[in-house]
Amino acid sequence: MSDALLQLVSLLAATLRLATPLVLAALGGLFCERSGIVDIGLEGKMLGAAFAAGATAAVSGSPFLGLAAAIVVSIALALVHGYAAITHHGNQVVSGMALNILVAGLVSTLAVSWFHQGGNTPQLADGARFAAIALPFADALAGIPVIGTLVAQLVSGQTLPVYLAAAAVPIAAMILARTRFGLRLRAVGENPLAVAAAGISVARLRYQALICTGLFCGIAGADLALAQSAGFFRGMSAGRGYLALAALIFGKWRPVPTLLACLFFAFADVVQTRLQGVVLPGIGAIPVQFIQALPYILTVLLLAGFVGKARPPKAIGMPFARSP
Amino acid sequence: MVSASMSPLPRWAEYLALPLVNLLAALVLSGLVILAVGQDPVAALGVLADGAVGSQEGIGFTLYYATTFMFTGLAVAIPFHAGLFNIGGEGQAMVGGIGVALICLALGGWPLWLVLPLALAAAMGCGAAWAFIPAWARARRGSHVVITTIMFNFIAAALLTWLLVDILIAPGQSAPESAGFDRSTWLPAMHEMLAVLGIAVTATPLNLAFLIALAAGALVWVFIWHTRWGYEIRVVGHGEEAARYGGIDVERVIILALCLGGACAGLAAINDLMGAQHRLLLNFTAESGFIGIAVALMGRNHPLGIALAALLFGALYQGGSELAFEMPGLQREIIVVIEGLVILFCGALENLFRVRLARLLPAPAPSEA
Repeated sequence: MSDALLQLVSLLAATLRLATPLVLAALGGLFCERSGIVDIGLEGKMLGAAFAAGATAAVSGSPFLGLAAAIVVSIALALVHGYAAITHHGNQVVSGMALNILVAGLVSTLAVSWFHQGGNTPQLADGARFAAIALPFADALAGIPVIGTLVAQLVSGQTLPVYLAAAAVPIAAMILARTRFGLRLRAVGENPLAVAAAGISVARLRYQALICTGLFCGIAGADLALAQSAGFFRGMSAGRGYLALAALIFGKWRPVPTLLACLFFAFADVVQTRLQGVVLPGIGAIPVQFIQALPYILTVLLLAGFVGKARPPKAIGMPFARSP
Repeated sequence: MVSASMSPLPRWAEYLALPLVNLLAALVLSGLVILAVGQDPVAALGVLADGAVGSQEGIGFTLYYATTFMFTGLAVAIPFHAGLFNIGGEGQAMVGGIGVALICLALGGWPLWLVLPLALAAAMGCGAAWAFIPAWARARRGSHVVITTIMFNFIAAALLTWLLVDILIAPGQSAPESAGFDRSTWLPAMHEMLAVLGIAVTATPLNLAFLIALAAGALVWVFIWHTRWGYEIRVVGHGEEAARYGGIDVERVIILALCLGGACAGLAAINDLMGAQHRLLLNFTAESGFIGIAVALMGRNHPLGIALAALLFGALYQGGSELAFEMPGLQREIIVVIEGLVILFCGALENLFRVRLARLLPAPAPSEA
């Protein structure tokens, strides 16, 4: 009985860990997409941020400096996207893809040139990574049968980015639903002309939204390099930015459904790693490649099958030119 | 395109001057990156150019790579005319390659004139089939085509790995590669064909597929600008609602455009597998599907432009491998940096220099606009 519980709790804990970068990146995407800017570039921002985090932490030995560097790099990339998409009315999908490819080339070039380890950053010592944080009340509750285990294994003992991601969901929902900035942000994604007519700068608002996107993707990248791994390695983001975007669409551009979609993708990923090598009765062992492809297949199925006709923000993807 | 109509350019500027200015901007920024890693950008450019076009061997390799990029560029361009961004060229080329390999492995000993049409059909059919599901999901369910095609890249890579590791691996071999194709199914190399004409050139992987790529480009030009289907594709690209109002079956056009793109990507495998590698192997596409995006955007989605841009990227690719040899401080990934910058400037920032160029140049005659 308690063995099964422990199994379940470890499954859930792994899900939380793997969901963290997805949740952060998807929330980042939420801000700019609700403001009317498509961002395929979540992937590139995460990869760039992960490299910045790994490199900075390797040199300075501090995970917090690594996190700061990740955020700075990610926001800078978001601003480049804004420069193309907002200032120059460029094709937003193309811009995002360009940045993804550019970052992939850039981090490999810089990593090889700076660290000479085949495109990776040096292995980080424990002090340079985000350590597990034991919550003070976990010990006090340890005696209680089920709840004690849950708190000790699941709620307590996670890393800083996990808690940041958990806090980010209600904060983002609050900002979007209840603040003046959030209201304007949603308005500019639906009807930029009306916002402009009210005397508010569409471009300024959208740049602000992109800075939020950069911030969240930066934390997501730092999580990859400083919490989930001990340093940056080549191709580290591995399509997570696209999965986050799919979760955002699947969650219909709303914070809580997006969170659930991310948890679902993460759970599929955890199950995927545990299914490898398992022999199913009647079927035999499924080739490992198919199991690894499971999250990707699931994404396509979800997008095509269950999401229905998702209704994106009305003005999404359209450059705003006041008077042509 | 909002601003394209705001700042019209003469055709020569639209298709030649603007891409060159954008390329120059991308190269200057890449030069800064090279400087930043402590290398000499001018020397690097010299090594690159010399590696690409400095010898018969270099030219042959450049044209060989350009052949692949022409196919993957067309794979992006055709859907782009319908307003669809096909990121799936990489996966479509992989699955096209599986089709080509199965035909070549099954028909060893058959004459090439029989194998080639079947292999072409397999490459195009498999590539198109791999594009069909994202296309269908986009047309009927409104799925985001960028995400689904990217997912299909990952799935194609898994499929290829599984086939090579578990099914097609050559007996007694540890590397995940299929058995070699029978010599009768190899495409004739360019140096062999030229030798028949009495012209001696250095042996390179350049092969008959180069001519097939040129023919494909011409066919795409006819198709897009001189057939009813091509017209419908372009109308859908300008506005789905208007097209639907005009009586066009938008869903069918979306599926057609993406599947034709997939077919072109599949053809890239003809060049790589039947023309050069003569066996199926992992990662034979070597990111060429992504280079196709840069090629299509720089070539402004026109087959002639794509041919020229493919030539340029073929040279960059070939020169880039020389670069890694000659300057150990530089990786061939610097090509990926250039690729990303070209997509940024030719695609997303196309208005950056367009407006300035339009101011410098006299406005085009109304008939041209």
